[in-house]
Amino acid sequence: MGFPQLPHPRETTVLSKYFGDAEARTLAGWKKRGGYKALEKALDMQPAEIVNIVKESGLRGRGGAGFPTGLKWSFMKPGDGKPHYLCCNADESEPGTFKDRELMRWTPHALVEGCAIAAYAIGAETAYVYIRGEFTEPLYWMEQAVKEAYAAGIIGENAMGSAKRIDVHVHKGAGAYICGEETALMESLEGRRGNPRIKPPFPAVSGVFGMPTTINNVETLIAAAPILLNGADWYKKMSLSSPKSTGTKLYSVCGNVQRPGTYEVVMGFPFKEFLYDLCGGPLHGRKFKAVIPGGVSVPIQNMEEAEATLMDYEGFVEKGSMLGSGGVIVIDDAQPMVTVIARIARFFAHESCAQCTQCREGTAWTTKILERIRDGEGTMEDLDTLLDIAEQMTGKTICVLSDSCAVPVVSGIKKFRSEFEALIQGRRFHPVAAAVA
Amino acid sequence: MTPSPELVGGLESPDYASHDKAAHGPYASVFTGDVKRELDELLTRYPTKMAALLPALWIVQRERGWVSEEAMVEVADLLELTPAYVKGVVTFYTMYHQHPVAKYFIQVCTTSPCGICGAEDVVKAFVRHTNTGELGLTSPDGKYTVIEVECLGACGFATPVMINEKFIESVTPDKVPELLAELA
Amino acid sequence: MAEQKMVKLTIEGRPVTVAEGTTILEAAKTVGILIPHYCYHPGLPIAGVCRMCLVEVDKAPKLAPSCATTVVEGQVVHVYSEKSLDARKGVLEMLLINHPLDCPICDQSGECELQDYTYQEGRLDSRYREPKRFNPAEDFGGDVMYVPNRCILCTRCVRFMDDVAHEPTLNVSERGDRALIGKFEGRDMTHPWAANVIDLCPVGALLSKDFLNKARAWELDRTASICPNCTQGCNVIMETRENQIVRMRPRPNEYVNAFFMCDWGRLNYRWMNEKDRVEQPMVRGKNGLTPASWEMAISAAARALEGKRVFVAASPMLSNESLFLLTQLMQDGGGAFRVQEGEEAPLAGVEDLSLRRERAANVYGAETLGFKKTTDLLGGLRQGDVLVVAGDDLAGVDTSALSRASDVIVISSVLPTGSDRASVVLPIANFSEEEGTVTNLRGRVQRFTQARQAPGETRPSWLVLGDLLGAMGKQTSFFLPSDVFSRLASSHKSFAGLSYETIGFRGLPVVDAPATRPKTPIAVGAA
Repeated sequence: MGFPQLPHPRETTVLSKYFGDAEARTLAGWKKRGGYKALEKALDMQPAEIVNIVKESGLRGRGGAGFPTGLKWSFMKPGDGKPHYLCCNADESEPGTFKDRELMRWTPHALVEGCAIAAYAIGAETAYVYIRGEFTEPLYWMEQAVKEAYAAGIIGENAMGSAKRIDVHVHKGAGAYICGEETALMESLEGRRGNPRIKPPFPAVSGVFGMPTTINNVETLIAAAPILLNGADWYKKMSLSSPKSTGTKLYSVCGNVQRPGTYEVVMGFPFKEFLYDLCGGPLHGRKFKAVIPGGVSVPIQNMEEAEATLMDYEGFVEKGSMLGSGGVIVIDDAQPMVTVIARIARFFAHESCAQCTQCREGTAWTTKILERIRDGEGTMEDLDTLLDIAEQMTGKTICVLSDSCAVPVVSGIKKFRSEFEALIQGRRFHPVAAAVA
Repeated sequence: MTPSPELVGGLESPDYASHDKAAHGPYASVFTGDVKRELDELLTRYPTKMAALLPALWIVQRERGWVSEEAMVEVADLLELTPAYVKGVVTFYTMYHQHPVAKYFIQVCTTSPCGICGAEDVVKAFVRHTNTGELGLTSPDGKYTVIEVECLGACGFATPVMINEKFIESVTPDKVPELLAELA
Repeated sequence: MAEQKMVKLTIEGRPVTVAEGTTILEAAKTVGILIPHYCYHPGLPIAGVCRMCLVEVDKAPKLAPSCATTVVEGQVVHVYSEKSLDARKGVLEMLLINHPLDCPICDQSGECELQDYTYQEGRLDSRYREPKRFNPAEDFGGDVMYVPNRCILCTRCVRFMDDVAHEPTLNVSERGDRALIGKFEGRDMTHPWAANVIDLCPVGALLSKDFLNKARAWELDRTASICPNCTQGCNVIMETRENQIVRMRPRPNEYVNAFFMCDWGRLNYRWMNEKDRVEQPMVRGKNGLTPASWEMAISAAARALEGKRVFVAASPMLSNESLFLLTQLMQDGGGAFRVQEGEEAPLAGVEDLSLRRERAANVYGAETLGFKKTTDLLGGLRQGDVLVVAGDDLAGVDTSALSRASDVIVISSVLPTGSDRASVVLPIANFSEEEGTVTNLRGRVQRFTQARQAPGETRPSWLVLGDLLGAMGKQTSFFLPSDVFSRLASSHKSFAGLSYETIGFRGLPVVDAPATRPKTPIAVGAA
């Protein structure tokens, strides 16, 4: 019922089918399970055909932004004489998200295959898989898989005898959340501080090493193989809801829930059933209070919103949040919301790259105020200040880390204001405010 | 029960103390022999030398346990960068140690998803059982350093803990003594 | 050059037409609107990090950083709309939360962009109630001191060292609100152009150790001038307090020095303040050199020169005007000069910008006007010549050569060695005390103006020389240095067509300037 348990009958395991199956990690085991058939097929096709099938399938980026994958691939202009690059974003660092970790440590060859297919489709000879440094186990298995694939001639200067060169390199990050932002990842890959770049230029024009680059999430790239094998229609049909959201999606479930783990369901799955049925509901004697459905960067949902949500890109937005990275954080009635939100803000303050003023100063300031409120030293004015700082941190910086820090603060104060007020009013006298006044 | 994946990454770390410059005289280069060849191979993967900076620093840390200023100079020279540039990069990434750390470097995730599952208690248990007294300090026997770390990316396995390169899932306070006993 | 496409847009209701590719910030400047900014500097690559220059653009979903947004045909930009002002107010408040507000003891006070924009657009109060971040001040080496608490992380300094000096000595260390500018232990800011980071710093985070605590910005008088310390001729501002130069800073000129000047030139201003000066005209009498009136001294000098062949030992620090008048004294004689030399130190990222080997302002001018560059200054002095020592201090010169001279006239700011042979001494102003032009090594004629008052009875060199020529019966009527320059322009082909008006404060090349001079604005960031 979601890895590490056995799959729940209502799951649709396309990408997560071999989680827990140690044999699938090896080249032989992977081939036995149908591995590299899709790559073989791809190499017999024209790159443009592959891009069209992916476009047709409706596959959208699984890293958080949900950009149509086929469209992104079509931005790469073949034959411009420049080297092209594929980057695989395996820096999965959004708190609450750990699906790519499972994909890489159980099905590393699926990612090698996905990278090779995408590289061929966009006319790139080199693919870099940027994996966060903390992922020692996924790093180990990915390196093994790449080594095996090179040795078997699947990738390299003559990939599967196609006369096409496809190199895949694993690149290890070193501890920076922001490197999951696509342009920061490229900066980091180039050997710099992970500072997001101003866009435009977009990666398809000037990406890593200043060359046209496509960057995709692990799950997105892995999804390309079954789409090629089974066709766009097969993928499109895996949706219970909006035609704009197709296929299956991996969700990482964590927090105060009976069965945390990685689940794969089709788009449009009812979130209420997902939480109570698949994930087993709340812990004994507790009640769900809130859900952050797409990693800590997306707005907090109260249960009323969450239970009415259909799980797809549009469905989460309709109910006050976002699908994001699919990292479902379940919060029960034993958790003080202010503590939860303060801890999220602290995370962003720790991870701000320090470039933009509002982010560098705002994340830290927000954290200090929230922690003061948490410790019973807050004032009612602090809530206004927090909302105002959040406004200053939204839509004004190079990347969205700053916005991401503001999101839980704003949604938290809006939806759980009484908890903030209770902490503030629990104090009769406030020495800091008194001293300033 | 969780089908536990095989553990990767050795528990035994190099004898970092032997590389302490104060105790052991002049700096010895990291990139000689096989290690230099390893770097040379890495350089073929990228169109620029600078791109090998993060991998090169990882090699330094693997060989020496931390990234000293002398090592930054060595890496800078090899990759045609300046030491100041290298230091700017080193200080950006939290996983490079700028000081020697204990034999067992213990990182406990306390970011929100783990936080709501009791990660603070796991941290306290580690601090108590290793005698480090405080986060970030090294225990009197020089064996342990315990720090809080931001999201380790295994939130469904709260609380994940990294001890050197070893990644341990679902740690609870009561499992801590057992884990430490395994190290000793 | 391909014809540049022009783009029309509206900024604050004003129609603007600029070349395609221009940023909104630069476009706004052309209609007199300075959009507040910190990280942007026209001499550096764009960073877009301070977020101060946010402006509202019609139909755009978000505010645009005007430094990093290029103009689009038909765009309508609002610099002072409520949304733009609110965003900038937000940035200012954030920049100040950890800033110490120690303006009363900060060297930057009065010329601080954080101060200026806060007064202009900032909040009256702060809502920050938490402790401020603290980091100790650090000596960065060279002339540079870093006060991290005041730093706003605009990274201008880092980009200057990386992309202009091509010697990455500074970095951004750490991240989040712990970030600060760092350098590597033992690798100091000793690059010959490093001190430019002090000018580039918009706040009081990078300070000049030389200028530290010397003056408040508002006590300074500022004069447009030229750095006299090498042949590059960097445009500068000489800043004085109580008639003393306390600082020289670069003045932008895209044909000469972009926005920069070297540390050696910058710090080499004390000689202009020196007290060891000749302050009175002197004439040799029974008891040696004795003070005399200007009238007596000028006529004594005129008498000594009358009908004699003259040899002039000139200084390449003298203006074109004075050197030209000296040539009028020579009659059939000649002139020579010598120049101090040092090591060449180019600024890698800017085309044709360097601390030059020859360390004087007007080597090119002196040569153009017929003075011979030599190491043997008095080598051309013939038996019986009257020697005019104009500006050179004769230090290290073999004074036995003086015996060949029938007479010695000194026209100088300091008394040269061997002046016991002089019959007349005419005290003149030094470079900082008069007005004139000098010609840089690429043949660019540039004006400098008077920054200090000359001491005692000292007079400007062009005035003294004009009077002397007048006393000798030559037709002169020079009331201003520009009058001398007009005469020079009409009598010397190199200077033909030039005047103070046309030269302005950015200079113009002489007619026959060498082909190597940049004909177009120099490129910053060139390899």
